[in-house]
Formats: sequence, structure tokens, C-alpha cells
Amino acid sequence: MTIFKSLEELHHMLVQKEISCVELTRAYLDYVDSADCWVKAFLTVTADSALTKATEIDKKITAGESLGPLEGLPMALKDNMCTEGIPTTCGSRILENFNPPYNATVTERLNAAGAVLVGKLNMDEFAMGSSTENSGYYPTANPWHLDRVPGGSSGGSAACVAAREVPFALGSDTGGSIRQPAAFCGVVGLKPTYGAVSRYGLVAFASSLDQIGPLTTNVKDNALVLNTIAGHDPKDSTSVPFVKPDYTQFLEKNVKGLKIGIPDEYFASGLNPDVAEVIQKAIRTFESLGAEVERCSLPHTEYAMPAYYIIAPAECSSNLARYDGVRYGYRAEADDMSEMFKKTREKGFGQEVKRRIMLGTYALSSGYYDAYYLKAQKVRTLIKQDFDRAFAKYDVLLSPTAPTTAYKIGEKSDPLAMYMGDVYTIPVNLAGLPAISVPAGFVDGMPVGMQLISKHFDEGTLYKAAYAFEQNTEYHLQMPALLKEVR
Amino acid sequence: MSFADKYEMVCGVETHVEMATKTKIFCGCSTEFGGAQNTHVCPVCLGLPGVLPVLNKEVVNLAIKAGLALNCEIAQFSKFDRKNYFYPDLTKNYQTSQYDLPICKSGWLDITVNGTNKRIGITRAHMEEDAGKLVHSGETITTSNSSGVDYNRTGVPLLEIVSEPDMRSIDEVLVYLEQLVQIMDYAGISDCKLEQGSVRFDINVSLRLKGAEQFGTRTETKNLNSFSSVRRCLEYETERQAEALDDGEEIIQETRTWDEGRGMTLSLRSKEEAHDYRYFPEPDLMPLVIDRDWVERIRASMPELPAAKKARLQALGLSEYDAGVIIASKAMAAFFDQALARIDDAKLLANWVMGDLSGLLKTNGRSFEDSPVSPEQLAGMLALIKKGDISGKIGKTVLEEIYNTGKDPEMIIKEKGLVQISDEGELGKIVDSILAANEKSVADYQAGKESALGFLVGQVMKATKGQANPGLVNKLLRDKLAQ
Ligand SMILES: [Zn+2]
Repeated sequence: MTIFKSLEELHHMLVQKEISCVELTRAYLDYVDSADCWVKAFLTVTADSALTKATEIDKKITAGESLGPLEGLPMALKDNMCTEGIPTTCGSRILENFNPPYNATVTERLNAAGAVLVGKLNMDEFAMGSSTENSGYYPTANPWHLDRVPGGSSGGSAACVAAREVPFALGSDTGGSIRQPAAFCGVVGLKPTYGAVSRYGLVAFASSLDQIGPLTTNVKDNALVLNTIAGHDPKDSTSVPFVKPDYTQFLEKNVKGLKIGIPDEYFASGLNPDVAEVIQKAIRTFESLGAEVERCSLPHTEYAMPAYYIIAPAECSSNLARYDGVRYGYRAEADDMSEMFKKTREKGFGQEVKRRIMLGTYALSSGYYDAYYLKAQKVRTLIKQDFDRAFAKYDVLLSPTAPTTAYKIGEKSDPLAMYMGDVYTIPVNLAGLPAISVPAGFVDGMPVGMQLISKHFDEGTLYKAAYAFEQNTEYHLQMPALLKEVR
Repeated sequence: MSFADKYEMVCGVETHVEMATKTKIFCGCSTEFGGAQNTHVCPVCLGLPGVLPVLNKEVVNLAIKAGLALNCEIAQFSKFDRKNYFYPDLTKNYQTSQYDLPICKSGWLDITVNGTNKRIGITRAHMEEDAGKLVHSGETITTSNSSGVDYNRTGVPLLEIVSEPDMRSIDEVLVYLEQLVQIMDYAGISDCKLEQGSVRFDINVSLRLKGAEQFGTRTETKNLNSFSSVRRCLEYETERQAEALDDGEEIIQETRTWDEGRGMTLSLRSKEEAHDYRYFPEPDLMPLVIDRDWVERIRASMPELPAAKKARLQALGLSEYDAGVIIASKAMAAFFDQALARIDDAKLLANWVMGDLSGLLKTNGRSFEDSPVSPEQLAGMLALIKKGDISGKIGKTVLEEIYNTGKDPEMIIKEKGLVQISDEGELGKIVDSILAANEKSVADYQAGKESALGFLVGQVMKATKGQANPGLVNKLLRDKLAQ
């Protein structure tokens, strides 16, 4: 089928006029139409504006103008990135009729690069969750097995890329929300360095942890997307003015001499033995490619999870205080103002969001601040120092992305059990580091992800290692069976 | 026993000053006062989902300037915090403010009350954003069936200046506030338009028995925006607390509001229901690192502040009172200094600035800011008086002409023929004719009636339409009458 291709191949087809941009866009829209009733990755499909944009691109092609690497290629955005005039719900009922009057910086940059937005993607409400079951609308399915979760909170983004409904999508990662669903869905997901991609227009969950990143079917596509979205943004004070490289220049098959650390703490109890076996095999692949692999320790890892579940809810309790039904979004009917606020929040927010708002409010309240929030920030510093020490010795750290493969929808009703799914990804967010999840094998037909972590702004080394692994294995070439059925 | 014999008041003030930047603290929207409702707004100051703040560096410059003017330490490391509270005019339901690391701390302000000097401590000064404004359909929130919010003021930069509880009388409070506002005005921190709410005061006051060491329980009255309200509020609140204490009641620590119409304070909320603001560091802004060069650059650019200006004017020979009157208005003081650059007579200049020119402006409802008479024109006119070209009396006429026509004094004198007659020969002839025509007065004078001279001077002035040099007329008359 024409559309199951990489960004580079699709770009080539447009340039060679093997297909027009309108034809390509229509092909994707048709496919979304037939596939998404199974996957349910999309919350909004923007067919009309996509075709309008495609028509403009075709005019450029006809006029003989050259095309940028993403120009005319379809994309989809997690529904917490603002799109002017297009619904941005954050997966929450409380924002169900919210059409932002402005674009997020990533939206602006992709629009400027000529990418064609085909829709907005499902997610755990306000990015809180690890399975996309916490969406205020409906759960998304894992294309590899429709009764399994796609992971979360960027489950819509990972699932739609895995099902090849778009060649790339953006997700956001606060505690693993790009990498964990990428692992569950067998795609490549990058969480860039905090400050490398602007958060302007990303509806905040936990401001000091959130970061936007690309999900793609292969490493090179991922680098191409990062090339477009990364870079300093004066609208985001936490965005760093750094010299942005061309990330594709790091892609080489050779990793001879690359120093890889394997943190013991990431292979402790809780890791599914089959997943462990897949990762051990991946480590041997790196060794066979000439990398120097060594065991190492990140001693404060066990405190990352509790620290995260103080800091993230604390920030969320403040960030979500603005949703009161007054100025935008859903408003409940009530007799007086206080009742209206209460009912709006009662009906507009789901369980998980309410739980975290309460946790955060409690952690910040006077008398508890020092015991919880302040202590969590100190733990955060210790975790950063662990990584600093490790990166003095190693170029990358290697671990499983998640302790298990995708579980069944409805299987994990205990929130604490679900939180454990992010145990390997959370420390990275606390330290603001970049990390990537790449397909590393299968357990019982379900994908397993391998996580690679590097030092700040060293996405290049991640891409180098991931690309070498990918080009020497074949996991990324496998596709969910669903695709054959649908087409 | 009277109040003052029994109790002593203890007062500290939190002053909110709107800083005079062109744009808001975290976005590029205009801070201009007025304008149709919700026209100076953008996604950022409306706090829409996904927006992020970007700190306006000019706000930091002004905060540093204010800190230097108030003798504060300027923090090398400062940060912003979120103060979480739920209020209809606060879009994000938290205010971005500064909590434990304010930009300025440990300063002071010297005041003079009834000739006695006193130093009032400044605990801290910090930056924060202003909130919006509720617009009720009726008179008050309770009598309205709907209320809207105007977000034009949301995000206007504020400097909150917190004093130590060092003031012991209403006069001290008022002098402190007047001098504080004057300094903010002179340093260009704020336009200080109290009537537009650009300066607001929160008054903390308690009473204690005279001679007692410990402070009494205080109340805080929020959002006063005029000196007269502060005076009335303090009069009311100290009286209320004294009566309660006299009756053996306990003062409750609470937040109160000032009802201007009824002239009383009312309870807003007690300490028990006080807010837990849940402060935490603002994750959307980077910590603020202020290097010493930055501070020194601002120190070097500081304008002359009121106290220094007053001392300089006194050194030029002005009385303390006159110097005080001139510096009381920044515009008048600026006018004075510009004129002083052209006329080397501070006392003469002060008399005309405070007297005739002030009077003229006041009668016409204008101020020194938009005075039709320029400092150069006034100085030019005064130079003509000093040279003896015109009399002081003609000067008044000339000043009015400048005011009405905008013409320069030399031109007015020329056009109207107002040049003083100082020619002895010419004046002598006129004097002779007046003496001849007023024999009775001459006789009276020679009989020892001194007042007859005044009449004769008047006649000469009348004959010359006021242009005769009065000194010379006097001299000629005396000489001729003595003959
Ligand atoms: Zn604005």
C-alpha cells in the first residue's frame, strides 16, 4: 500500500510526482476512516483543512518549488497541543468545546514546515495516566492487540503511528508518556531534553517535567521531526538557547567504542523476566557492534517514584486551578456561582485528575510543604547527581522502557499498580534528560521497548545508538496484523 | 484618661505600586489606563490553557531602582513563586508573585514629622502581577444580578513594598506614605496616580498600653487608595480597637475592608478562615540572577530623589518651607530646575514659581506639566527684571501675556512698549509736571506728611502707564521736593 512508508520515502514520492499531495492526504484520511474505528486514536479528524493545505502544497509542486523534508506529509498532534480554531480538549470533558485562539509553538513550526495536520489524538485526561484508559472520551486500543492498552498518556499518538494512520505524531512526556506507549506500540518515541522543545501552547500538566517529542516508525524519521520542532522559543522562558544540530547527521550504523552503562536498579524486582530477556539480547547486539557495555548504579532510583508523585501532582493542582467553567470549556448548570464551580469540576474532571489535584493540594499546604514538596525537590537533586556521575563514565544508559508489555484494557484498576509502569522513565523527567524508546523485540506477539538515556542536549548520541541498533535488527519493520485486515 | 495617654498605636503598611512600564509583566500587552474593556489582553494575560509567562526585563529594572531609592539590599538570586488562590478576577487562579526570595529587602526611609526625624524600616519589596477588575451591573456585588470581569489590568506589574511596624502615630503613617509615593514618582517607578488606583495601601494596625513591650493583636485593612482614606481609616480603626480594649474585649486578628461611604472598617475574613496560599516556586520562569554590574548600571542612572533635591534647594538659600513646597510636586521641581539653569537667583525664581506662576496655572486649572509658560520664558522674564528693564509689576503683566500668547518676554515688552523708563532726564520732566499739577500734595509733604509722597509716586506711574522705574521716581521726587 502506498502510504505505509517512511517520511523520507513519502517525501521522495511527492518530489518525483508519483503522487500528488491531495492524493496522499486523501489516502491517509481514507485509511484513518477505516482503521480508526478499531484503534480509536483520534479525537478530532481535520479532513477539510488538511485537504486545503494539501492543495496549496500541490500548487508549490506544480510551480516547481522545492519541498522541505516534512512538507506535504501528514501528521497528528496529541490533543494537549493548542491548534488555533481546532478543538484542543486535553482528553478532558472540561475542555470539550475549547477551540484555542492561538497555536502552540510546535504547531506553528510544523505548519511553517508544511506538514499537514490530519487530526488531534486521544490521551489520558490532562496527560495523567499510563494507559489512555483515563481519557474523558474513550480508551484507545493497541493496534498489536485490540484488547490491550496502547500505554499512556500519549496512547493516541503511539497507537496511530503504530497503525500507520500517520507517519508521525507528537506526544508529550511528563513521566514517560512518550516512551512507555512507544514501547507498548512498537514505535520510536523520543523525550527530548527539558528546554529543547518549546512548551508554549502545551496545556500544562506538570510544568517542570512536561516535554514534547516525536513518535515515528523509525529513528531517521524521528530525527527529521526533531529537526523541525526543537530550538529556542522566546515565548517559553524555560526553553534553552542552544545551537541546534541537524540530528540526521548522527545516524550511522557504527557504535564501536560507545560506552553504555546498564543501571542495576532498572533490572531489579518487578521487571517481567521475558522483557528482561529481550533487553539482555539487545545488550548483546550492542556488544556485537563494538560498544563497551558495563553495569552501573543509580543509587537513588527507588526514591524517584515517590518524589515524582509529589512534584507532578503539586504542579498539576496549581495548573488545573483555572478550569472553573467561567471563561471557556464545559460549564455545569447550577443555582449559584459556588455550586457551578463545584459541579463543573465534579463532572468535568475524571477520577485520576481529581486524585492528583487533591494529592498536590495536600502536599503544598502549609505544615506539609517541607515534609513533602521540599523533600521531593531534594530527592530530585540527588537523582540528577546520580545521572551526572553516570554520564561522567558512559555515553548512554540502557534499560527497559517499561517493566512489562501492554496489559489488557481494564486489567489495572489499582492506580498504584499502574504508576509502577513508569518506574524506568520517571527518573529521566526528574533530571530533565533526553531519552528514547526503540523497538527491541517481542514477548507473546507484543512489542518490547528499549530505553536509551543520554546527557542534556545529547540527543545526537541517542539517535546514533538507536539507529545503529535499528539498522542491525528487524523489529521496526514488523507491523501489527490489524493493518492487513483493514486494508 | 484620653486615648493618647493610655494607648500607643503600632502601624505597618504594605504599599502596592503599579510600575510604569509600557507593557505587562509577563506579556506584550499595553498597560495603558482606560481603554475599552478587555482590549489590552492576549492569551498569556488571560491565562488560557497552554500559555507561558515571559518576564519583562524593564519590570526588574524598575524594581531594582525602587530598591536602591529605598536603601534596600538587591538580591543576587531571586525567584518567582505561585500564590494559589481562587478568585474571579484572577484568570489562572494563582498569582505569580515572590515569596521567600524577594528582589529587595532590608531598606529604610527617613521621615520628618513635626521637626523630628525618624527612620522607618522597609522589610522587603517584591514584584508581582495585578489581577483584573470585577464590573458589576448594579451598585455592589450583592445588588447586582450579573458581574463581568475586565482583564485589562491583569498582568500589570506591581511592586509590593512592605514596611516594618515602625509607625506610632497617624501623622507618621501619612508622612511615610507621602514620602514613599514621592520617591516612587521621582525615581520614575510609577506614575503614582492614586485616583486611578496606581498606588494602594494595606494598613496593619494594633494598639498596646503605653509603655508595653509587646505588640497587640493587629488587623489588616486592605486596598485604601487615598491619603485621606488612610487617615480616616486609622482614626476609625484605632478608636474601634481602643473601645474594644476598654470594654475588655479581645481584638481578633482579621482582614478588614474600608467602607468609604459609611466611614468605617468591616470584617472581611478572620485568621481562622485565612487562605493557605500553597506557595511554591513558579516552574514556568527561570530563577532571576542579578549580577552587580546590572545593579551598578541602574544606580548610575538614578535621578535626584526628593530628599537630595530639597537639601540642594536649601543650600541655594531657600527656606525649608519653600524647598518643601517646590519638591512636593515633581513637575514644579522639574520646572524650577530647568529655569534655574538660566537664572542665577534661586530665591527670586522660587517666589515667582510658587507665587504668580502657580496662581496663574491654578486659576486656569492647569499644572506645571502642561504650563504654557516655559521655564526658559520665565527665566528670561526674571533676567529682564534683574537688569532693571522692567519692574516687578510689569513682570506680572508680561507673565500673563506669555501665558496667553506663548510669545517670548522680550517680544512682548517690545510690542507693548513696556520697557521701563530709567532715563533721568526724561523722567525728571514728568516728575516736574506732576509736582506742578499737585501743589497741595507738595505742601502736605513739606509739612511732614510722608504719605503724600506715595500719592505723587502713584501719579508719576499713572502718567507713564507704569513704565517708570519706581526706584528712580522715588529718588527724583525726594531730590526735587528737598530743593
Ligand atoms: Zn497579554
